[in-house]
Amino acid sequence: MDWMLPPAFSTFAPGIDRIYYVILVLTGIAFVIVEAGLIWFVIKYRGRPGRKAYYTHGNNTAEVVWTAVPAVTVVVLGIMSGPIWNKIKGRDSVPADAAPVGIRGQQFEWHVTYPGADGQLGSSDDFTVRNQLHVVVNRPTVALLTSEDVIHSFFVPAFRLKQDAVPGMEIRVWFEPTQTGRYELACAELCGLGHYRMRAFVEVHTEQDYQRWLAEQTSNAAAQ
Amino acid sequence: MATTAATFDQATQHAHVDDRSFLRRYIFSTDHKIIGIQFLLMSLLFLTLGGTLAMVMRWQLGFPGQAMPGGGVLPETMAPGGILLPEFYLALVTMHGTFMVFFAIMPLLVGVFANFLIPLKIGAPDMAFPRINMASFWIAVPAGILMLAGFFVEGGHAGAGWTSYAPLSAMPEMSGVSWGQQLWCLSLVILGLGSILGSMNYIATIINMRAPGMTWFRLPLSIWALFITSILVLLAIPILSGAAIMLLFDQTIGTHFFLPAEGGQPLLWQHLFWFFGHPEVYILILPAMGFVSDIIANGSRKPIFGYHSMVFAIIGIGFLGWIVWGHHMFQSGMNPTLGMTFMISTMFIAVPSAIKTFNWMGTMWRGNLQFHVPMLHAIAFVAMFVIGGLSGVFMAATPVDIYIHDTYFIVAHIHYVLFGGSLFALFGAITFWYPKMFGRMMSPFWGKVHFALTFVFYNLTFWPMHEIGLKGHMRRIYDPTQYEFLQPLQPLNRFITIAAFLLFAVQIIFALNFVLSWFFGAKAGRNPWNDTGLEWSTPSPAPHGNFERTPTVYHAPYEFSHPQVTEDYLPQDRPLEGRPASAPAGR
Repeated sequence: MDWMLPPAFSTFAPGIDRIYYVILVLTGIAFVIVEAGLIWFVIKYRGRPGRKAYYTHGNNTAEVVWTAVPAVTVVVLGIMSGPIWNKIKGRDSVPADAAPVGIRGQQFEWHVTYPGADGQLGSSDDFTVRNQLHVVVNRPTVALLTSEDVIHSFFVPAFRLKQDAVPGMEIRVWFEPTQTGRYELACAELCGLGHYRMRAFVEVHTEQDYQRWLAEQTSNAAAQ
Repeated sequence: MATTAATFDQATQHAHVDDRSFLRRYIFSTDHKIIGIQFLLMSLLFLTLGGTLAMVMRWQLGFPGQAMPGGGVLPETMAPGGILLPEFYLALVTMHGTFMVFFAIMPLLVGVFANFLIPLKIGAPDMAFPRINMASFWIAVPAGILMLAGFFVEGGHAGAGWTSYAPLSAMPEMSGVSWGQQLWCLSLVILGLGSILGSMNYIATIINMRAPGMTWFRLPLSIWALFITSILVLLAIPILSGAAIMLLFDQTIGTHFFLPAEGGQPLLWQHLFWFFGHPEVYILILPAMGFVSDIIANGSRKPIFGYHSMVFAIIGIGFLGWIVWGHHMFQSGMNPTLGMTFMISTMFIAVPSAIKTFNWMGTMWRGNLQFHVPMLHAIAFVAMFVIGGLSGVFMAATPVDIYIHDTYFIVAHIHYVLFGGSLFALFGAITFWYPKMFGRMMSPFWGKVHFALTFVFYNLTFWPMHEIGLKGHMRRIYDPTQYEFLQPLQPLNRFITIAAFLLFAVQIIFALNFVLSWFFGAKAGRNPWNDTGLEWSTPSPAPHGNFERTPTVYHAPYEFSHPQVTEDYLPQDRPLEGRPASAPAGR
């Protein structure tokens, strides 16, 4: 059994992975205490003729200990998790210099709208590409997530990022890739019979490569 | 003792004078025990059906796109040539969850055991409202028939998952399903009506019909758990019914409650569904915890450790259940600031859960453990529930949830709680109370064989789901091989499928043991497990009216190995010898 997380390639992914491993260790300790205790009791206190069980109704000190220890532990976990959550999903978490891109889910594909040369969404040089999200490495990107029909979920496992796309809402979600390459983008919310093939790619480029790709796209659009 | 037994035998004969017709006695019976058995047979049927649907799903996940052996019998609209269609796969996903949650586990825990146990364990002749009790079963029957009918209507059965998220569930043009989804809504509204009537009855019975001396803190933990569960049912089910009616209206008359085009809001469905759904999760585990407490005390021959803490933990879980629903919606687009609130409230569920777990262990500590079949299942419950509880901490931590939400990690989690937890407890409870229901014992040998094989194959099936979830495997996908990052997991998917088939196959042992013991099992005496509960002082099976004389309760529920008695158990209704049988304290 492999409890390791797969490699991650975004700035906030190590934070998520770290809290995951902290929980893995803490729950692992609790798991071993309980399961080992059960096995030990099952062997040590197995019924034998002539044996009589110890008559007791409990112990208040023990109750206080096993109430307080989990309570303190979960508060600590909450305090550790809060800032990481806020950094990724919080109201004001989107970096000011993030490059915008529009992502619209529609049964069963992702429409990605790029701002074109002027860097502004909603202007005349915007263009839309299906199932391909091109971004620049080491630069934050903010996706304006919408949906045309039903709820989809934008899931890039390698970035540790998931966010539902809800019709009628525009949800801003950001990420900053740390390595160039091609990553799979999946739909993680049941969206109909083609849900299993609502698949796209995130292409993470260097700045130069991105500009080259952008120029190609703009000239293609001009030629049409 | 001899005189007592003689009195009881006369009581039995008296109770056997019963001039009700066959129809009144076994079909339209108002006897809580018969109604419990009716629920038992119905929900075991749905349990089998839900399991069968899971096997078909597992075939597709292990061997995507290959013709299923025997799949040729399915019609063209489901599996042409034995190869499953995506829309049929989604119907399987939806109906596996729906059947298991609403028609198998919930009626098994509540419909069966609240009915059967409450009057017997509190010393009452029947429920407060026996006719309403009968109605609650006969309302559940048409609900089940409607839910089954969905497979045979045009467009196939509902395919938006057991959670039926709108707008997918609300727009036939998006899912291709109209009749199926509408039957789903209608069936749940009708079933809900039965649950509401039933829970009202359980609450009234526990409050008003306890035998003299049965004070609140002398109630067995199973009854405490069923009491709190009934309150949750009574308050939560109407929310589901309301939401399902709104969904039905969106489907049929264009109300657009959940559709943004006309001012509706998709997230409204999720809030309503989970405001019901999270109490529902505790409805599905609290009674199991109660049965396990009864069985562990009996199997350890010791009073339950920390009885009062156990009661407060049940109440605590019941309360927390109402303020955690948002943890299902961390990635839904809900205000992210709420994430922190729901994370903390969710994590606090670890506290009462830990209290219960350690008190079960405390009960076993220095006990004289009897490994009868119910006890084996109860120990397995503790061992498996702990895994399900601990894996819940991962999802509760909002940052980790971003990654593992809607993956197989959550599928593993829910099955560790619902199968490893609730279903193991139910196997134990059915075996434990079987003699009181049918007057015969289930075979202990085959019970142990079934337990051992189920325990092994269960873990081989669900443990690896944690791993594929951690690698990012999404839920509810028809064909995982579509994704490059999931292709390396395919051998593990096949392994899970084979383990699941074996798990399903060994349930035949339980089914045969259940059916054959009814006719050929060893005759059971009044108290085959040497237990302390009131139900064991009546004959097996308990006669109509339960008790000849209303029992008087003198003790706390789990007086095992009491130093002043020679046997290792002291029934609740037997006064301590050498002490005046004084009037019991309070009521």
